[in-house]
Amino acid sequence: MAPLVSIAGLSVAFSGVPVLRGVDLALGKGEAVGLVGESGSGKSVTWLAALGLLPRHAQVTGSVRLDGRELLGAPAGELDRVRGGRIAMIFQDPASALNPVLTIRKQLCEALALHRDLSGNAVKAEARRLLDLVGIPDAARRLEAYPHEFSGGQIQRIMIAMALAGNPDLLIADEPTTALDATIQAQILELLSTVRRELGMAMVLISHDLGVVAENCDRVAVMYAGRIVEEAPSNQLFADPVHPYAQGLIGALPPLDGPRRRLTAIPGTVPDPAHMPDGCAFAPRCALAAEPCGLAVPSLAPIANDRTVACIRAEASRRALLGIAAE
Amino acid sequence: MGRYFAIRIGRAALTIVLVVTFAFVVLRLSGDPALMILGPEAPPEVLAAFRKAWGLDDPIWFQYLDYFGAIAKGELGRSMRDGRPAIELVLERIPATLALTLPAFAFKVALGIPAGIYAALHRGSGIDRAVMTTAVAGFTVPSFVLALVLVLVFAVQLGWLPSGGQDSWRHAILPIATLSLGGAAVLARFTRSAMLEVLGQPYIRTASAKGVPWRKVVTSHALPNAAIPTITILGFMVGTLIAGAVVVESVFAWPGVGRLLVVAVANRDLAVVQCILLLVAMTMVTSNLIVDFLYGFLDPRLRTKGAHA
Amino acid sequence: MSAPLVEVSAISRTYSMRSGMFGRAAAVHAVDGVSLTIARGQTLGLVGESGSGKSTTGRIVLGLEPPDSGEVRFDGKPMAAPGTAAWRAQRARMQMIFQDPLGALDRRLPVATQIREPLDIHGVGTPSMREDRVRELLRAVELTPAHGARYPGALSGGQRQRIVLARALATKPDFLVCDEPVSALDVSIQAQVVNLLADLQAQLGLTLLFISHDLRVVRQISNVVAVMYLGRIVEIGSADDLFARPEHPYTQALVSASPAPGRRSASRIVLSGDPPNPAARPQGCAFHPRCPRAIARCASEVPALEAVASDRQVACHLVSGAATRDAA
Repeated sequence: MAPLVSIAGLSVAFSGVPVLRGVDLALGKGEAVGLVGESGSGKSVTWLAALGLLPRHAQVTGSVRLDGRELLGAPAGELDRVRGGRIAMIFQDPASALNPVLTIRKQLCEALALHRDLSGNAVKAEARRLLDLVGIPDAARRLEAYPHEFSGGQIQRIMIAMALAGNPDLLIADEPTTALDATIQAQILELLSTVRRELGMAMVLISHDLGVVAENCDRVAVMYAGRIVEEAPSNQLFADPVHPYAQGLIGALPPLDGPRRRLTAIPGTVPDPAHMPDGCAFAPRCALAAEPCGLAVPSLAPIANDRTVACIRAEASRRALLGIAAE
Repeated sequence: MGRYFAIRIGRAALTIVLVVTFAFVVLRLSGDPALMILGPEAPPEVLAAFRKAWGLDDPIWFQYLDYFGAIAKGELGRSMRDGRPAIELVLERIPATLALTLPAFAFKVALGIPAGIYAALHRGSGIDRAVMTTAVAGFTVPSFVLALVLVLVFAVQLGWLPSGGQDSWRHAILPIATLSLGGAAVLARFTRSAMLEVLGQPYIRTASAKGVPWRKVVTSHALPNAAIPTITILGFMVGTLIAGAVVVESVFAWPGVGRLLVVAVANRDLAVVQCILLLVAMTMVTSNLIVDFLYGFLDPRLRTKGAHA
Repeated sequence: MSAPLVEVSAISRTYSMRSGMFGRAAAVHAVDGVSLTIARGQTLGLVGESGSGKSTTGRIVLGLEPPDSGEVRFDGKPMAAPGTAAWRAQRARMQMIFQDPLGALDRRLPVATQIREPLDIHGVGTPSMREDRVRELLRAVELTPAHGARYPGALSGGQRQRIVLARALATKPDFLVCDEPVSALDVSIQAQVVNLLADLQAQLGLTLLFISHDLRVVRQISNVVAVMYLGRIVEIGSADDLFARPEHPYTQALVSASPAPGRRSASRIVLSGDPPNPAARPQGCAFHPRCPRAIARCASEVPALEAVASDRQVACHLVSGAATRDAA
């Protein structure tokens, strides 16, 4: 099956400093893919670049195709039809994600007017239906309210309603629950999975939280320093991570039950994008690093049917992991 | 809502009282008006008669209360120089001042705001740098320097325009230019930074991600938000319409309120000075009130904060 | 076991808060009758969502603000009146670290100078002894003197939090209140700091009050964990099994909402309703409007915190008393 979106060799640099260094990722219709990584790994930049939402001075190269049509460098009018129409995006910060001086109705109807053939009362009726759908009670009255009159969780529901306004094929959710309390996060994640199921929409869930991604996605890509270092079905990635960084991330997560153990912290810090190490960017922090790691950037290579890893020590890493598991 | 405006109106009234008091204290304590107006050679009995006539020999607090009572009744006193009501002297100068400050205000807005918006939208471009360099020059150069430079170039060197006086519209060009340039520079810088601040907000990205064309993102999402801080500066500029031209009127010998103020201060003509100060305070306070009302209109967060559902 | 280092009995704190510019002032019960004890060398974890009162509790325990009622005893003695010599001596034995290390540091001073500051203030030792102590502290948080010469802006988030920790340890405190100390850090860095904190605690015999919204991190570092909801403790128990066998419906929902790799969300309890608002606390059990198991009694009667096992106390009508056994 032809992918819905395919990204190839996507790179981004800000005034000469590379922040995204060749990302390849494909996404099927209706699929839920998670993107995890720490701050600065490039997980948000990937999709902002794909949709042309980065500031003008960002240098973007590579290719992003939607149903085979190239988006990078597409005319502004075509991009505007894709944004919010075919691909919608929601963001992290509920406090400032909506325009503070416009009512919810104005902002919701704006999206409807852009992407749907509706007019007059039909627009307002659809706006009400969308608010109902995302679980905002008393929708007719609440449409006239301003963003500051809603809680963070409600704003995120409204953002989802706005994203659904254009009946998109793909929803990019960029850290949608990071600023929310745990019980509200659970509500929003459930809402996302419900609408996705009902509308058959594909989703990219960007998060620093491995648990959030694991629970809500079919497939996960782990990013480090502007590249994807491992991609695998969720259950396999968490049961059997191969890239030493993916292993490190999972080992650094304290367990919620069972015996407590010392956390396996990854030593050192993320490299400065302006001074990337030669070869594998993770090598300076990697316990398994060997001399060849510093020579060339490892490419993302298949290790099983639907798994790829960018590590020349993948085999050694796997053995090390099995060794740990056997203990 | 009512409470919000009640507080603001109360504060405005207090400001006016303070300004009046301040004017009284500074002027009455900094020199003897009788000596100033009659000169040091005047015979003592003449001075005494003058003081008696103007109530200057009453206890100071009595003079203060007296003066205050008069203001409350709308009596602003008479000029000590020619005995005409102070308010009349001031009012007859206002048209001349407005003839400079109103067109200048229009130019400031027409030049400054578009320049600021353009510079913000093309941040880092050559035009942005040019606008900002001009703006920095515009408000670091004091207005009397700018006025003198303009006179030197356009009146003295080129001889195109008169250097002072009020005989024709051509006389107004240089004063208006002086007033406009500085104000436009302030406005351009302010608008630019307000716009940049707003353009960096997540809701701008949200609008783009919805598929709103960029031009519409700017007009319907960025501008209304950037207007909120810009209103403050505009309000301040409205507040200076009456007496913001003191320096320029002096340089160009323009017979407006500013020039009257300079003369009245030099002469210790208390009633006139106080009258002008009161007028200035009123315009300032009124424009601030208007700004507050506009805030309430533009920013729903101020309007409905208490009514959180 | 020796007497606990920190004893908090029935502290309450109410703020008067005006909601917005035109609203009426409302009483916000930030903390309502919280009692805790922390044994020497142990860690008490305090978890809860925003508005639960966990940070206010931390501030009261540290004497940064007074309780309206109730009492905090430190090392057997009540907190001294602020500003007195006794208070300063007591305060030197307790320190606090916050979520945002950049906000806690002065950007214009090298970090070593900032670590030395509490030593200068309290007049500890000679200047050269202070220099030695700063080096020792830097080493203790696994940094080098070279790091000490830098400004906060030139350090990473994890390094800055280490500097804050080193400064907090400068006066050799017995007690440390940590308010969301690793919440702003990436997972891999978070693990480094948590490990460091655990090591330092073991070496120095520190007693900790560890406040966080992150159940995993709290469990990792704590001996005992207390769960707060709208100003009250709803459940308290041993860190080992509190989250494995939560009794209070709110704790159960929190645990269930905490995503776990390798688990799909089939069995997740999703609470309905908005996040709790401290300015409008419901009658009876504050949790009852969102509780999937609430009964009539919950709406009228505030449940008391009662022991349901030797190391577990729960404030829930359904768990304590007769209903317990059926529910379990």
